[in-house]
Amino acid sequence: MPSQTILYQAEPADQRLIEPLDVITLIYQRRSGITHMVAEPVPEILAAMGDAAMDAANVLERLSAQFDLGDADDAIAVVSARLEELADLGLIDRLTRDV
Amino acid sequence: MYEFRVQVGPAAFRIGSRWRQPVEQLRRLYADYPTPNIPDFTVRLDAPSLLRRFVRRSVAIDGDYMLPDAVPLPFDQALLAAEMGMNLQMALGWRRHLILHASAVERDGKTLIMTGLSGSGKSTLSALLGQNGWRFMGDEFVLIDPDSGMAVPFPRMISLKNSAIAAMEATADAARFGPLMQGTPKGDIRHLVPPADAIARMGEAAKPALLLFPRFGYDPAIREVAPGENFMRMTQASTNYVALGESGFRAMTRFVKNIPARAIDYQSGEEAMMLVEQLWAELA
Repeated sequence: MPSQTILYQAEPADQRLIEPLDVITLIYQRRSGITHMVAEPVPEILAAMGDAAMDAANVLERLSAQFDLGDADDAIAVVSARLEELADLGLIDRLTRDV
Repeated sequence: MYEFRVQVGPAAFRIGSRWRQPVEQLRRLYADYPTPNIPDFTVRLDAPSLLRRFVRRSVAIDGDYMLPDAVPLPFDQALLAAEMGMNLQMALGWRRHLILHASAVERDGKTLIMTGLSGSGKSTLSALLGQNGWRFMGDEFVLIDPDSGMAVPFPRMISLKNSAIAAMEATADAARFGPLMQGTPKGDIRHLVPPADAIARMGEAAKPALLLFPRFGYDPAIREVAPGENFMRMTQASTNYVALGESGFRAMTRFVKNIPARAIDYQSGEEAMMLVEQLWAELA
């Protein structure tokens, strides 16, 4: 039996407007007309993902190239949780792939 | 039906009334305002039932845009019903500007905007400042042009409540007041016609320069409000942010990023005006 990996893919960048304020960043999603108020590391995750489909480990790898994220186990848990939240908000799509 | 038409800032209203008296009150208080040909909105004051036209008369508000289950008001509050009806049309139907539930005054081409919950004193403060060297722009709604970011006046009648009534009666001409309405859902209310320059210059927009969140009844204090908190508060204070979509987002983010914002606590009108002058000199 093949197992499944969860992949995530962000909408094209032109589908959202991003306005960093102070500790929060605003994301206006054109498709829904909803304004999301988010804090780090959400804007950083979206920037790291670009428009490619990737799993949590890939996202962490890209983030680690830019930021010192400390303990890898803690970091993957945080990134996975944020990706799930972003998918629930509709800001990224949740895809699956057989491996 | 009796009819009255009035232009307030960029918005044109037609008010239809089952009775003559509310229309006569409106004519007297809005005597110096322009009369538009084509209304943007219609408000109707009518009896909730045939019986209530004559016995224990009460006034139901109807219009192009309405909230469900609006409760009729007693007949002696018909003027308030007309004002509420006009406000509802703006809050629910206006799309040409980003609407902020706030008061505003102008000096030297720059706008001071004040927002807060009912009872914060934003309306009274704008009335006081309007008597003391500032141009009154509105006590209920500030309209932000989504293209230019300018604040557009909406100087409808000033709605004075409770202790603010006596405070303004002491300084403003008696002929500028409407009837005292007691026991309304917000306590005592008396309308005040804005100063003449506010009406004459209601087509003149001005650049927003300072945003204040006043709070009445606390020891005097000033606190900086960061753009993130400002955005949260102002989206709550806007009646049409969601309806405007992307243009509302762009207008609101420009507003909160570019305009300094402070929360001020105060115990009296004089104290508030001192705080306003101090912050205006520092920030505007």
